[in-house]
Amino acid sequence: MSDCCCKDENMKALDKVLDECGHDAGNLITILQNAQEIYGYLPSEIIYYVASQTGISPARVMGVATFYSQFRLEPVGKYLIMLCKGTACHVNGSDTLEDVICSELGISNGQTTSDGIFSLKTVACLGCCSLSPVMMINDEVFGLLTSDKVIGILNDFRKKAQEEGGTQA
Amino acid sequence: MMKIVVGQGSCGIAAGAGKTYEAIKACMTEQEPFELGSTGCNGMCFLEPIVDIYDGHKLVKRLVNVSADKAEAVVSAVRAGDLSGLSEMVIKPEDEEFLTQQTRIALRNCGIIDPEDIASYKERDGYKALEKVLTSMTPEEVIEEIKVSGLAGRGGAGFPTWFKWNAARQSPGEEKYLICNADEGDPGAFMDRAVIESDPHNLIEGMMIAAYAIGASEAIVYVRAEYPLAIIHLNEAIRQAREAGYIGQNILGTGFSCEFRYMAGAGAFVCGEETALIESLEGKRGMPRLKPPFPAAAGYKMKPSNINNVETFANVAWIILNGGEKFAAMGTENSKGTKVFALTGKIRRGGLVEIPMGQTLRHVIFDIGGGIREDKKIKAVQLGGPSGGCIPEHLLDTVIDYKALSATGAIMGSGGMVVMDENTCMVGMAKFFLDFTSKESCGKCVHCRIGTRRMLEILNRIVEGNGKDGDIELLEELCYSIKDGALCGLGQTAPNPVLTTIRYFRDEYEAHIGEKRCPAAECRDLLMYYIDPDKCKGCTACARKCPADAISGTVKSAHSIDPEKCIKCGTCKSTCKFDAIYVK
Repeated sequence: MSDCCCKDENMKALDKVLDECGHDAGNLITILQNAQEIYGYLPSEIIYYVASQTGISPARVMGVATFYSQFRLEPVGKYLIMLCKGTACHVNGSDTLEDVICSELGISNGQTTSDGIFSLKTVACLGCCSLSPVMMINDEVFGLLTSDKVIGILNDFRKKAQEEGGTQA
Repeated sequence: MMKIVVGQGSCGIAAGAGKTYEAIKACMTEQEPFELGSTGCNGMCFLEPIVDIYDGHKLVKRLVNVSADKAEAVVSAVRAGDLSGLSEMVIKPEDEEFLTQQTRIALRNCGIIDPEDIASYKERDGYKALEKVLTSMTPEEVIEEIKVSGLAGRGGAGFPTWFKWNAARQSPGEEKYLICNADEGDPGAFMDRAVIESDPHNLIEGMMIAAYAIGASEAIVYVRAEYPLAIIHLNEAIRQAREAGYIGQNILGTGFSCEFRYMAGAGAFVCGEETALIESLEGKRGMPRLKPPFPAAAGYKMKPSNINNVETFANVAWIILNGGEKFAAMGTENSKGTKVFALTGKIRRGGLVEIPMGQTLRHVIFDIGGGIREDKKIKAVQLGGPSGGCIPEHLLDTVIDYKALSATGAIMGSGGMVVMDENTCMVGMAKFFLDFTSKESCGKCVHCRIGTRRMLEILNRIVEGNGKDGDIELLEELCYSIKDGALCGLGQTAPNPVLTTIRYFRDEYEAHIGEKRCPAAECRDLLMYYIDPDKCKGCTACARKCPADAISGTVKSAHSIDPEKCIKCGTCKSTCKFDAIYVK
């Protein structure tokens, strides 16, 4: 466990979450959400650790982690692009935007750029349908998108990442 | 005192309202003759960012599309007490009709109050209904009032609310739970998000009244994780309500106790199904349970539980204060009160619309929504999301009523209303929904898990130009067996988008299969790009941009596209400044 992301110091943060959630299997989803918040994703060490601390099998924990779309088993880039593919966005051309993002970044849905700056994930609905098509980058929502607008936004984030340095979230 | 109020719901923020708010704040000095405040979403998403100027409680001017660069003009005008210079930003009368044609009950405070301030909610009769219920009504009287109102579940199924409450009340056991389904997973619906973001205390009050009626000891909101702002506002509202003594032990000294918390979902559409939601609340995979037992008998932790959706609860406090009869006076014989719709798609004025039941779809789309963008022709309206169906133009005079809408093959659903114009391919639409439901199927039962996948494969080959004779009939056969064989609502309703599009737009399916043609010119594999030689100026812009080198021609003479090389990416069409490229 020593060479993974979960250094002792970080495990302490997870222990605090587990304590708050009473090591209760009934709170498994909340525990995993917090774990993902801490580590950026759910490495297998964390799956095993949560299983041992809540008294359920690692397979059950893994079952939950793979069932819900929010959980990630791989690390993501500094900026996670969530492209909305809800009905309104679909009607207003989100498929074209996906093509634009993929060709601009050289990745397909679910992948991360080799420089670790962007990850792309399509999502069902962000609930901003009146501004469709919409995407969300980390916690910021961008609406009424066009191909040109998307390229501009990606360039802005790329610049920001270069200025800040570092790649992982 | 004057007050500038910026609407900061998720849509508003996406349109730049946060920047507008900051810009206004930056323009203000320490001593101004006015205040700056914020509110939620008033539902006029098409005009965001919206800034309201109040004199006391009176709205004096509504400014729309107020980008951050206009902040200074707004501040100086309000400071000077002369708003005449802002006329360019003032809402147009025809846009105002979007709101004036509505009757708001569930959304009554949205865009008016400050969602992060309980005092703002209390000024508009907030928590008076809970006080009334706890001090002067028995649980049975509360259930009776809801029965009189005719309130039915706004999440989709339209089951009478009082009946569920009564079943949970009658169920034996000390430990009971009240659950709010705020897992608004329907793509195209966002009214629940708006209520939680803009009026969270209304939800809490409605839930506490229900908790009292059924005798629940804990109330839980299961809210979508994709709604971060809603979670922040709900969390703060819970804290304030607890501090004010509206939740917790011995509420208002009446002896009634009920705890209150929320849990964030983790992204699974099937969790909108009540038993799947309960499984998820218990920390498991959200897979539906067999019914019976119903949640009223054995729900969360196998204890009696009652689940309603956000909009249902948002009506409760109003009904208690105004009386069930007043609510029941609105609507039709089968469907009482109002319903909120999220009007989106190719509509001119998109946003949240709350109207009494019984009005027609045409009224909502044309009178309130202002019709179709770019004056195109409406083709259909999609109601009820992946569980619903597409209603064609000739049925737009159907009234909004649970039974009347079901008769068209669609459903009322949670209220997503996505408008489609002549350029939307209906086979593509059916494929879109099946793609969604096949991914979201939890996998528990064979019909849903495998059936939706097989349907998607057939739809994929149809839109790719590989459809075969008999595919329509095969789709229909699959639809009926999935409807019969699936365990839960997700599977049982998943075929609806396919069935309704076959029913009303069979010719589009036939064109795709027989003629390998997409009448809406949307299915990429069936499209051909052409250059109109009369319009082409020979500027070479398209030829230079074409990634496949498919366009040839010399400078100042008409170009042409080689169909063998064309990859149908559409780059040429968006590049051409002379509108010379067309698709067939």
